[in-house]
Amino acid sequence: MIVVIDYNVGNVRSVCNAFCYIGCDVKLSCEPADIENAAGLVLPGVAAFGYAVGALGPLSELIKKVALSGKPLLGICVGYQMLFEKSSEYGRHNGLGLVGGNVVPIQPGQTVPHMGWNLVKLPEDMDLFAGLGYEKHFYFAHSFYAEVTDSLAKIAYTDYGFDLPASVQKANIYGTQFHPEKSGQAGLKVLKNFAEICERENRRC
Amino acid sequence: MLTKRIIPCLDVKDDRVVKGVKFLNLRDAGDPVELGARYSEVGADELVFLDITATIRSRKTIVELVEKVAENVFIPFTVGGGIQTVEQIDELLRSGAEKVSVNTAAVENPNLLRQAAQRFGNQCVVLAIDARRSKEKEDKWQVCVKAGSEPTDIDVVEWAVKAEKLGAGEILLTSMDADGTKEGYDNKLNKAVSDAVNIPVIASGGAGKLEHLYDAIVDGGADAVLMASITHYENYTIKQMKEYLKGRGVPVNL
Repeated sequence: MIVVIDYNVGNVRSVCNAFCYIGCDVKLSCEPADIENAAGLVLPGVAAFGYAVGALGPLSELIKKVALSGKPLLGICVGYQMLFEKSSEYGRHNGLGLVGGNVVPIQPGQTVPHMGWNLVKLPEDMDLFAGLGYEKHFYFAHSFYAEVTDSLAKIAYTDYGFDLPASVQKANIYGTQFHPEKSGQAGLKVLKNFAEICERENRRC
Repeated sequence: MLTKRIIPCLDVKDDRVVKGVKFLNLRDAGDPVELGARYSEVGADELVFLDITATIRSRKTIVELVEKVAENVFIPFTVGGGIQTVEQIDELLRSGAEKVSVNTAAVENPNLLRQAAQRFGNQCVVLAIDARRSKEKEDKWQVCVKAGSEPTDIDVVEWAVKAEKLGAGEILLTSMDADGTKEGYDNKLNKAVSDAVNIPVIASGGAGKLEHLYDAIVDGGADAVLMASITHYENYTIKQMKEYLKGRGVPVNL
């Protein structure tokens, strides 16, 4: 079972709906037992970074522990941004620190928020994009982005006047700045791939 | 490169789409969930649902509608109409809406934009502006509220700039003069606003032909184009619109 972490921010329902739609066993929960027993975790998020980190509260330590134990974790949008070390959205906030890098504002010169469908170049070695070809459009809606400094992270980029990291993968930790649950068929495929990754990992255990 | 968005708008009254629709093969042409899912299948980039009744009684209906849409539609959608509080925004986002649009309530209480942005992030706060061309001053527009029925003395461009500072993440800009005419968007208005702000502007009101979409994007500087009649009546399919724009060098998700 995939557990979508419920921490009182927007958009959690959409993520569950998408997993249900593709026929995955999914549960929305904030119970520590569910989180520990999940085949994989999804950290969604439509919120400002500071609000999201505050709302996650003590769950953040548990999520970190479970992620470091090797369980697949997928962060989406602000959930993805929280994988990194720090953010400067409305103040200074610490993230989970699972991937090296900081969340910073998109520089002036581009329309902000970066909102809409942008083309992502899909590296062959990123499991999340298996079967999707070398590029696809995904839906973005964000004003901050992660500057990835982690040499162990694989990165997929999109072009927004500069190479904007759209997705990372570091061992069992996955993240997408875009919303797979709102990106039509290509997005549903990304979620299906994540579900398959979780299944594979669980068989191994 | 970020693509320009095609956004069909569905006006909903008592759980039904009220601007008529003529899709073939639809069992119930007025069902917003079915129509939304169909638009998602045929390549719409996003949807806007406007609750045009916007009464206390319809509030519960619209939440239920958002829940149903979110179970069937996997592209972003915005919900608007009569939204007044951060709690209402929270409920709609939690029900599955990607963004919420506010109009009159933001004019009456601009702080709503700030509160919503700080809690949910500005990417889900859409400011809807109903703009009417000034009779006295050339190339000036005034903000109208209460579904366009009440003109204010607020200047549209000034309001857009202020709203961006407060936390609006997008502007849904409807020209009341062009709306329903099918003679094209008011691109002087679109240009005036899109030049003044750094957030995306959705042009609305007046779409009748394919070149109108191109003009709104190129002359009006719009990031997205919203339409109702020309797509509901299938004068043009979403695919035709995108192929047309692509043929003229506009980046689209096709």
